[in-house]
Amino acid sequence: MGEPTASVEAVFREERGRLLAALVRRFGDLDLAEEVTSEAVEAALARWPVEGVPPKPGAWLMTTARRKAVDRLRRDQAFAAKLAILQVEADRADPVPAPEPGSELPDERLQLFFTCAHPALAAEDRTALTLRCLAGLTTPEVARAFLVENATMAKRITRAKRRIREARIPFRVPGADELPARLPGVLQVVYSIFTEGYAASSGPALQRLDLAEEAIRLGRILRRLLPREREVAGLLGLMLLVHARRDARTGPSGELVLLEDQDRSRWDAPMIADGSALAVTALTGGPPGPYGVQAAIAAVHDEGADLAGTDWPQIVALYDVLYALAPSPVVALNRAAAVAMRDGPQAGLDLLDGLADEPLLRGHHPYAAARADLLHRLGRRAEAASAYREALGLVGTDPERAMLQRRLNAAERTESP
Amino acid sequence: MKYMLLIMASSVDEKGGAAGCTVEDWMAYDKEVQEAGIMVSGESLADLVTATTVQVGADGARTVTDGPYAETREVLGGFYVIDVPDLDVALDWAARCPGARDGAIVVRPIADFGV
Repeated sequence: MGEPTASVEAVFREERGRLLAALVRRFGDLDLAEEVTSEAVEAALARWPVEGVPPKPGAWLMTTARRKAVDRLRRDQAFAAKLAILQVEADRADPVPAPEPGSELPDERLQLFFTCAHPALAAEDRTALTLRCLAGLTTPEVARAFLVENATMAKRITRAKRRIREARIPFRVPGADELPARLPGVLQVVYSIFTEGYAASSGPALQRLDLAEEAIRLGRILRRLLPREREVAGLLGLMLLVHARRDARTGPSGELVLLEDQDRSRWDAPMIADGSALAVTALTGGPPGPYGVQAAIAAVHDEGADLAGTDWPQIVALYDVLYALAPSPVVALNRAAAVAMRDGPQAGLDLLDGLADEPLLRGHHPYAAARADLLHRLGRRAEAASAYREALGLVGTDPERAMLQRRLNAAERTESP
Repeated sequence: MKYMLLIMASSVDEKGGAAGCTVEDWMAYDKEVQEAGIMVSGESLADLVTATTVQVGADGARTVTDGPYAETREVLGGFYVIDVPDLDVALDWAARCPGARDGAIVVRPIADFGV
């Protein structure tokens, strides 16, 4: 075992979410569970570096947290009586599972995933709660991830927890009949954490890799908890296949490097292999889901030797499947870009111009940028420059702005002979 | 835990029921709620034109106006109060209510002022 503090932190990373979920299950109250989880972690931070990490750290944390919760309930009898009633109802609905072999704590995080992503919570609250409760981020870390003030985030999390308590949003895994309706909500939360990490919507940095890595960690936990759900495999595969390109995606000074210009030797080959295997799992044994198809698209990109060597007919075909499953103007935009690679820029531009009236694309800088690129390739420099200017007015992060500026400069240089 | 299901109808026919739902639909739903043993109370409201609004000002003066307090697009047509374990169960009952198909059901927990 290495240096004590390092191992203490490693244990917390692994155990915090499990501990919290088990305590929520036991006491039926997220606030109480969070409070005593933090107290148990503090106790461990004070004692383990001195006394050494106990042989069963998870069980030690659980015992400590439970003792603290019982103390708290002794002090507050009215609260205890109310929780006891809640517990009787919860136990009736959902018996406590036994710990799985080889683990000190039963893994009850799946309940917590579904609570944090409950449709009765606001979308932004779902992401914040998931990062707080399941990824184990502190409130200031969650605030930083969303680029908001600490106080704002603390208020948001408090509001969400209050809603869970007062409307009594349950801690339970939806039954098999409800799962198809509820699982997409959970996956959406994890994917939105990932996309915010991968292509930050604003700020000086293009990628916030820590956030992307948190999303992948959450995806792996979900994959373990729901091994038979193919869309979970699809989501994890998609995230790995995109994340595999992270090092090639920004240049030495933080500038954005587009897929076509990326040094593919810097892609993470083992991660691509993992992601591709998951994409296959996601598309085997039943009808495809949207994450599985997106994973397959990312896999085809990752397997291409270069842009010309990419199987564009296959990508267009996959976009057709995706559009049939989840029609959206953004999917149509990506499909048009793939068609431009298969059939040439004019074919792509025709499709893009057909989308001009989509309200969702009007303020969407990738749409303006994609049009600009195709116009540039067609030699229509003045129109390209104007589309680049439009995209520049909409873009959120500095590296993307710089990339568009470079392209605009190139278009303008050749605009007038 | 008690929840109130507010039945918001987008349009109301002369019998006070939401358009498109038959009286039989409502009777069947009412029977289900009764038989599930979750019913606390429930009423269907008379036509909106019969509503009267009362407000008392800071000076104690009473103002009575005809019609509902706020003219909204959707109209409260009735309500159920049910006693069920949690929000998911309440949402299930709301989804089964015939009013959910033509209008919307707003689910609100009943405030609990302690033991």
